[in-house]
Order: sequence, then structure tokens, then C-alpha cells
Amino acid sequence: MSVDMRTYLGHVELINPITTAAGCAASGSELAQFFDLGRIGALTTRSITMAPRAGRPTPRMAETPSGMLNAVGLQGPGVDAFLERELPWLAQRSVRTVVSIGGGTVAEYTALARRLTDAPGVSAVEVNLSCPNIEDRGRVFARDGAASAEVVASVRSVMRYDVPVVAKLSPDVVDIVSVARACVDGGADALSMINNPLGMSIDTEAMRPSLAAVTGGLSGPAIRPLAVRCVWQVHAALPGVPIIGMGGVLTGRDAFEFILAGACVVAVGTALFHDPYACLRILRELEELLAARGFHRLADAVGLAHRPPGAPTRHRIDLEESSL
Amino acid sequence: MRKTPVTPVQVTGTVLTTRRVDAYHALTVVAPGIAERFRPGHFVAVAVGGAQTSMLTRRAFSVHDVKPDYGGTVEFVFAARGPGTAWLAERRARDTLDLVGPLGRPFPLPRDPVNCVLVGGEYGSATLFAVADALQQRGCRVDFVLGAASADRVFGALRARRMGETTTLTTEDGSLGLRGRVTDVLPGVIADVRADAVYACGPMPMLRGVTAVAVEFDIPVQVAVEERMACGVGVCMTCVLPVIGDDGVTRMVRSCVEGPVFRGERVRFDDVGTIPFDALGAPGGGSRNNVG
Repeated sequence: MSVDMRTYLGHVELINPITTAAGCAASGSELAQFFDLGRIGALTTRSITMAPRAGRPTPRMAETPSGMLNAVGLQGPGVDAFLERELPWLAQRSVRTVVSIGGGTVAEYTALARRLTDAPGVSAVEVNLSCPNIEDRGRVFARDGAASAEVVASVRSVMRYDVPVVAKLSPDVVDIVSVARACVDGGADALSMINNPLGMSIDTEAMRPSLAAVTGGLSGPAIRPLAVRCVWQVHAALPGVPIIGMGGVLTGRDAFEFILAGACVVAVGTALFHDPYACLRILRELEELLAARGFHRLADAVGLAHRPPGAPTRHRIDLEESSL
Repeated sequence: MRKTPVTPVQVTGTVLTTRRVDAYHALTVVAPGIAERFRPGHFVAVAVGGAQTSMLTRRAFSVHDVKPDYGGTVEFVFAARGPGTAWLAERRARDTLDLVGPLGRPFPLPRDPVNCVLVGGEYGSATLFAVADALQQRGCRVDFVLGAASADRVFGALRARRMGETTTLTTEDGSLGLRGRVTDVLPGVIADVRADAVYACGPMPMLRGVTAVAVEFDIPVQVAVEERMACGVGVCMTCVLPVIGDDGVTRMVRSCVEGPVFRGERVRFDDVGTIPFDALGAPGGGSRNNVG
């Protein structure tokens, strides 16, 4: 028995809910050596910036229990090279592409969105709000609802109407629900969570921080409970908003956990470093899980863990879902 | 320029043999898909810790040997340093290993029969024997210079003696061969054998020294760098180092995809671990005006 795995990101239909997480699939061609990118719901690019960026010095990576720390620093070729080479390469292969954008000022995000608005092959734009805000003493946009909303609103205002704008949220905040609400009020069509929480490890041989940048983003299964909690809280508060859930998804069971918490799309990140085929394996495992539990449609499982105690699982409870 | 890279595959290989080689471990794994695509200089990325592992990054090892038995085997050599390599050191025959490979750009080989000096530091020399074999098949003369801190950490001395016209060994404590470093004896070897090219693999400081010697003699040097990697396939962006491109622009390139083999004089060894101010995309807008 097969399960209908289709899902929606805003109004954009995806053939299945599995995407790559931003910054974990380079330009796409690296993973294409292993599998056909058209078989996953979408590919999310690394965060594109206006100018080319060399990123951070090495060491950029440290392994931690069930995860890793990274401080890459948005290394990338800049928007010109991206539009010239990488995006056309994906578009030619009909890969549904979520373009992640990153900047240090509201104006930079707006300029990036303007460059993308007439580029063919952009299925959605994900606004990486975890960049330091140059105008506000280097405070990260995502930590402040108003600053995040300002970026989202300006991107939304210049982006083509039929391209959803997704706000990517950081868990390093006092109240993720209020930031999420601010982003939705600012015009975000969907939310993506979570970005890496900040962590650190110290090399006890060298007795120095493991990373050249001292602190780095923590990813992998180590952060999954944190991510599921964030998705759960935001879905409970804003049940109509589509959520891309991510954070330590290694198996189909992990993806299912995010779907039950309220995500309609699930992104795979660190798992790709361990297993280049992770997306397809997770998709297959998720489909088998859904089938084993008697689901005919993935959509019936989204947010299902929120149902009141004692309610049946087979019939959709009316949560005023607009996402599906 | 360079040939296009081969397509890597992921295989679950069965361990055929394990052996201790002085301070190192060597694992031979049945992995036909990787063996048939292998060229000298390629590496493999190995998952460690088993199915329920909490160690999520792969360990990269250059391939020491490829043999046709059982459809194709690959052997890699490593030192047990941390929990991941310690787990690998405990593998026994008939255990399975998850490998991705062959990865990276292999060593470019000369078209004509020329004299080559192969320089290996620690277990970095493991990757040189496949190179030596390919060079000798092209009629090249091969001489070895191998070095390490102590005798038990010089890898492949016997095999080098069998394969090479001459083999010069150095150890920092003098327990084998000459006391000192490979860079102390390399100029003499290059001069004696009238070397046309140098191939090197080993720790970064050694590659830096070897490159300096080769530049001094004005002969090409190909180095295989060792950088910490998480994925080995080019998606994690953690194994970068500053390399000067054909256009003269320094870029932070991935040692797993654009490397691990580079022309030595193109690698800015002094700047490894930093972002040189003139690198493309460096903070403050280095090279921003010559975006190619």
C-alpha cells in the first residue's frame, strides 16, 4: 500500500516532505553524484550572500556526542556566481529549489530578494535570520522579533507573489513563539526551524577552543529534542502556518516525530555528511512508518500529536489547517 | 587540464584482513565498486561506530592498496588517535564497514618517463605506493624518501626498498635511517637522481618544507594534503585551505573535492588556518574586484 506523500509549502506543492537543510548540500551537484535530486521534495541551497565570502578560518568543525559543531561562516561564491552557474544548473534538472539568503542589513536581504525575483527556478526563498545584524551592533536578527519581521517584510515586498518566503528561526531566543508570530505578521508564508543553537567545545589536548571561531553551530541528533519542542510550540500557537522542521533528523522515525509535532516539510542536514543517501533513505523509512500505521496521506499525520487525549488518530481533527 | 573526477559510490564492505603495522593499523575491505574506480591519490570516507553511532562525521583515509581479489579490495592505513579510529582498530575479519569512495582528485602523472622522488611523512606514505606503481608502469624512475618522528612511525620502508631505486629514511630521534627530517635529505636526493618531479603526502608542515625544496630546484611538486573533514564529498565546507588558482586569485577550496592533491606551490601553507586578506571573499573585500 502506498502513501500519498505530497505536501505543500505555502501554495507550492512538493512531491514529498523531505528537503535538504540550508548549508548542508553545497551547490547540489555534489549530492547529485549519488542520487537524482528530483526524487526529494526540494533542495535548499547554502545561504547566498551579495558578495563572495571566504568564510571562517579552519578548524571549522568539531565532532560532539551525537552531533557536531560548525563555524563555516557562510562561505559561498556570491549572488552573481550563484545566478550564473548554480541556480541554472538546478533549474535545468528541474530540481525544486529553496534559495536561502543571508545578509548583514535589511537592505542586503532586500537586494538579494530583488535579484532572485526574476530568476527562473526559485521554488521558495528561505530567509536566514541567524546572521549578525551589522546595523545593530552585531546582534543576530533572529534574536529579535521586530528585526526579523523587518527583514521578512522587506523580502516579502519585493519577492514575486508566487514564491513563498520562509523565515528560518533560531532556538537561541527567550520565546520562539513570539519571534515566529512577528515573522508571520511581517508576511512570512512559512517558518523553518531550527537553525543551529550556538555551542562550543574545547580541545583538551591543545587546551584551546576546538574551532577557530571559538563558538559554532551545534547540529545533529543532539539538538533534536530542542527542535521538536520549538516546532511543537509554534505549531500549537500558529496552527495554520506551514513549518519546515529540522534538527538532527537521521531516520524516518525522526522525520515522523517532526511531522507529528506539526511540520509539513522535514529538512535533513548533518545526516547528509554521514550518509550521502540520507534523504532517500529517510523518505523510504518515513513512508513505511506511515503505511504501517495505516495512513493513506502524509497530510493526515501533520500535527497529529496535538490532538486531545483520547481523540481518535484516524480522523483529522479540525485544527483549521490552512497549510494542507 | 585535469580529468573529470570519477563518480564515488557508497558501499557496505566486508573486512577481509586487519593488521598492525608498527604504530599503525591497516584494514583491507572488500569494496569492488571503489576498487574498480580507484586511481592513485584517491581517498575513502569511512563511517565509524556502527549503526547506532553517536559519531556522525566520517573519517577520511587515503587508499594504500587496491587488489583484484574477491572482485576488488581496498586497504587503508591509520593511527588510532581518537574514539573513531579506536573503533576502527577493533574491527575484525568479516565485520562490515560503510565506505564512500573513491573521493578527491588523484595524482596527475607525467606523460613521459621521468625521474620522480616520492616523499612520505608518517602514514602519509601509504598513498605513495600506488603512485609509484603507476609511475613505474610509465617507465619512470622512482626514489623514496620516508620520514617520521621515530622508527615505528615510518610506514612502508620495506616496500619502498623493494620498489624504489633508492630509499632514504629519516627519523627525528635517529632510531631508523638518518637523524632529522625528510627536508634535510631531500635536496641531496633530488640532486643525486636528477629528479624531474616530486610527489609528497604527510603532515602539513612537512608538505610545506618539501614544497619549498622543490621550488628551490624549480621542479613540479604534487602534494596530497591532510585536512580534517566531516563528509569527504564536498557538502560540509569544513576542510578548506587557501589555494592560488590558475588566475592568480587565492580561494578557500575544499581539500576533499578540489584536492586532496594540489600543486605544492599553489597551496599557501603559511596561511593554512587563516583567511588570507587577499583571498576571494575575505572580510574587508579582498579580491572583490576580480571576481571571475
